[in-house]
Amino acid sequence: MYKLLICNSTLSDKLFDPGCLHTSFGIRKEKKDHYTNVPRNANLEKLPKGYLFPEISLRQHQHLEQHPDASLISLGIGDTTEPVPDIVTSRMADFASGLSTLEGYRGYGAEQGNKELRKAIAETFYKDVNVKDSEVFVSDGAQCDIARLQLLLGSRVTASVQDPSFPAGDLDHETGRYHRLEYMKCGPENKFFPDLRRTSSTDVIFFCSPNNPTGHAATRQQLEQLVKFAKDNGSIIVFDSAYATYISDDSPRSIFEIPGAKEVAVEISSFSKFAGFTGVRLGWTVVPSELCFSNGFPVIHDFNRVVCTCFNGASNIAQAGGLACLSSEGVRTRVNYYKENAEILLDALASLNIKAYGGQNAPYVWVHFPGMNSWEVFDMILEKANIITVPGCGFGPGGEEFLRISAFGHRESILEAARRLKALFS
Amino acid sequence: MPLHQFHFNASISSSSSPFLAPPSAFNSFSSRHQNFSLPPRDLGICRCVATPQEAKTPTAYKTNVSRNANMGKLQAGYLFPEVARRRNAHKEKYPDAQVISLGIGDTTEPIPDVITSSMSKKCQALSTLEGYSGYGAEQGEKSLRAAIRSTFYADLGIDDDDIFVSDGAKCDISRLQVVFGSNVTMAVQDPSYPAYVDSSVIMGQTGQFQTDVEKYANIEYMNCTPENGFFPDLSKSPRTDIIFFCSPNNPTGAAATREQLTRLVQFAKDNGSIIVYDSAYALYMSDDNPRSIFEIPGAREVAIETSSFSKYAGFTGVRLGWTVVPKELLFSDGFPVARDFNRVVCTCFNGASTVAQAGGLACLSPEGLKAMHEVIGFYKGNTEIIMDTFNSLGFKVYGGRNAPYVWVHFPGRSSWDVFAEILEKTHVVTTPGSGFGPGGEGFVRVSAFGHRGNVLEACKRFRQLYK
Repeated sequence: MYKLLICNSTLSDKLFDPGCLHTSFGIRKEKKDHYTNVPRNANLEKLPKGYLFPEISLRQHQHLEQHPDASLISLGIGDTTEPVPDIVTSRMADFASGLSTLEGYRGYGAEQGNKELRKAIAETFYKDVNVKDSEVFVSDGAQCDIARLQLLLGSRVTASVQDPSFPAGDLDHETGRYHRLEYMKCGPENKFFPDLRRTSSTDVIFFCSPNNPTGHAATRQQLEQLVKFAKDNGSIIVFDSAYATYISDDSPRSIFEIPGAKEVAVEISSFSKFAGFTGVRLGWTVVPSELCFSNGFPVIHDFNRVVCTCFNGASNIAQAGGLACLSSEGVRTRVNYYKENAEILLDALASLNIKAYGGQNAPYVWVHFPGMNSWEVFDMILEKANIITVPGCGFGPGGEEFLRISAFGHRESILEAARRLKALFS
Repeated sequence: MPLHQFHFNASISSSSSPFLAPPSAFNSFSSRHQNFSLPPRDLGICRCVATPQEAKTPTAYKTNVSRNANMGKLQAGYLFPEVARRRNAHKEKYPDAQVISLGIGDTTEPIPDVITSSMSKKCQALSTLEGYSGYGAEQGEKSLRAAIRSTFYADLGIDDDDIFVSDGAKCDISRLQVVFGSNVTMAVQDPSYPAYVDSSVIMGQTGQFQTDVEKYANIEYMNCTPENGFFPDLSKSPRTDIIFFCSPNNPTGAAATREQLTRLVQFAKDNGSIIVYDSAYALYMSDDNPRSIFEIPGAREVAIETSSFSKYAGFTGVRLGWTVVPKELLFSDGFPVARDFNRVVCTCFNGASTVAQAGGLACLSPEGLKAMHEVIGFYKGNTEIIMDTFNSLGFKVYGGRNAPYVWVHFPGRSSWDVFAEILEKTHVVTTPGSGFGPGGEGFVRVSAFGHRGNVLEACKRFRQLYK
């Protein structure tokens, strides 16, 4: 029998449990093991052993073993920390209690999501760009939607991703998922927007704005270029706008603000980072009815079919919460809180003459350490300041020399982190 | 842009196709609430039609991205939205009729207080500093995994960390398919829950649909009929990599015996296959059959088990289930299947809602278990009423004893025709057997979820129709 230690890949500083952080699977083959005759999926076989957040967990664990009294501040994984406003949770609680009553009981919901909620999403986020309720698909989160999109598109498609970006870290490890994976370098030198003249055409272009990890919100002009590029090449943009509510300036909040985008793009978003729903699980994807495959078949049909076959809808309690979020102003306060956190971190870094990007349109600060290896910087900051960050290389080769510091955290933690950084680098 | 007026594949005739898709294919989404009628709405989504041959407006912009050929193999919409579409069309046609839904297996009875109050409390806690929680482990909360193990798998050699909490069995089936990939062969019972076949098609494991036999090429359909006691003749079954097996069965209601499951496990062992065992209805069993595949010695080396809170706790909308992948289950190169499943869970999923998980934990408390058994008992009472009705009308009736489904035989008749007749003449929605595979032709599935009054009324109408 193989003995396994299954790794918990999610790091939560509140639920930190050293017992579950082993990333290595201890495998010991014993006699009389039965092997099935089922071949392992070749695509999954290509995945390398370690990946980003488990590796961070491991280093965190090792650090704590050596310094058991260290007061760690986690600005690593982008997990929200502030409580959800009452007005939202009380509606969720009422809905949950209502499930115990005849009038309030609800069974299966539509796989595409609750009607009211789809309408509210269309009206809140897409009012001026004419997205219809029927084009909004409620989900249990962006990560899940991306997987459903991949299922839909199949394994023959080619894809490009920003480098660095959140998918790049995982997609790099899942090259088998895509026939070919292109990296579009985004850095200070090109205003965090790829040089499309040097970019080869792929079927799918993943684009996240405001960007995780760089914090850059693409300008209208940049997005117009992107849409034109997609149109010229017949590509589909998968636009991740999960951080749109963090935008401070007049950068587009949705790809559909760009004329012509409906024919080339789907947009994915999430309640996670503006409603604190990282555990509650709620998001959405917009698939315009105009978006067609090369044979003219509407993508929305196939997406709908995948949603109906491979999914059974987001939790109705989460959806009740989503509806409450969109009908109340209360949720903005959390976004502002995290943005203030980001400002504190930016100020601290500026005072140290350390070049930092992002932080103004996203809850991430992207810090440049020229000439340094990002894992080394990570280690140094962990060792000397007891702060967990994320090494930029985890988001793709374009992230080397950078560190992502996330602005989620209680104000005191952020202030303390700023103090420690100042002490460390001055 | 209008999405109607697709060209239909003329070779699919309405009487033989398992997935009839009439031309008026606009469908308001399936809101499957049982207790009020939906106003008809054109929401611009066409959901259950055959593949269109061309776009309506040839000059409309098209991307260069090829449609996934696998999606093109699907014949029409998923079964239950199609049933819902027919139900909604019927309601439109007869706005005053009291339509009773015994079609989609949707729970109807309120969730016991002990369970909802824990979810309510969890929601409120999210507004507090101490109670707020963000991302949970993708595999599920430790306490819930432990409770699932001790409730369902005590003494079966299953560890807490063999258990992966999910947002439901349907979603887990697709994640399992992602684990297996496109280069595996699959067997299903025939008839069976449509998600097994459909997810296999989407994953690229199958060939084209063959209209003459109404099967997808490259899937092994293991016929389960009254003649073979709804257990396939394994001696005639070729080897496949994966075997989907559901017991108690949806739609036939058949529960495999210990002896049958022992043979199944042996078959899998001899062939080096993996059984995906769907036990979502285990608690509905009246007979003394195994509740878990892992009751069979050797099963941990050949099987995965998936289950759900949907039909036990009325969590069809709340969304919570689990899958057990034992450490002993290995691919042909010795690599543990659980590792790949974990990887897929970590990259394609972000965990079941923490609120749903709080509810799950309450379900598995002593009080919660007792309350769940009462609700299950209620639905079993419905099942008896339905069985008695059809029995008394002289029908051959199967299932019911061990599952909330009654499988009624209408020999020589098309199941979609019977479905339509029952709907038209009694305003009761059922599910046509052929929707579950060609082996379901000639049968209709009547589900036992419903308010008692509705079930009694439906049975009264059946008696009038078939007296």
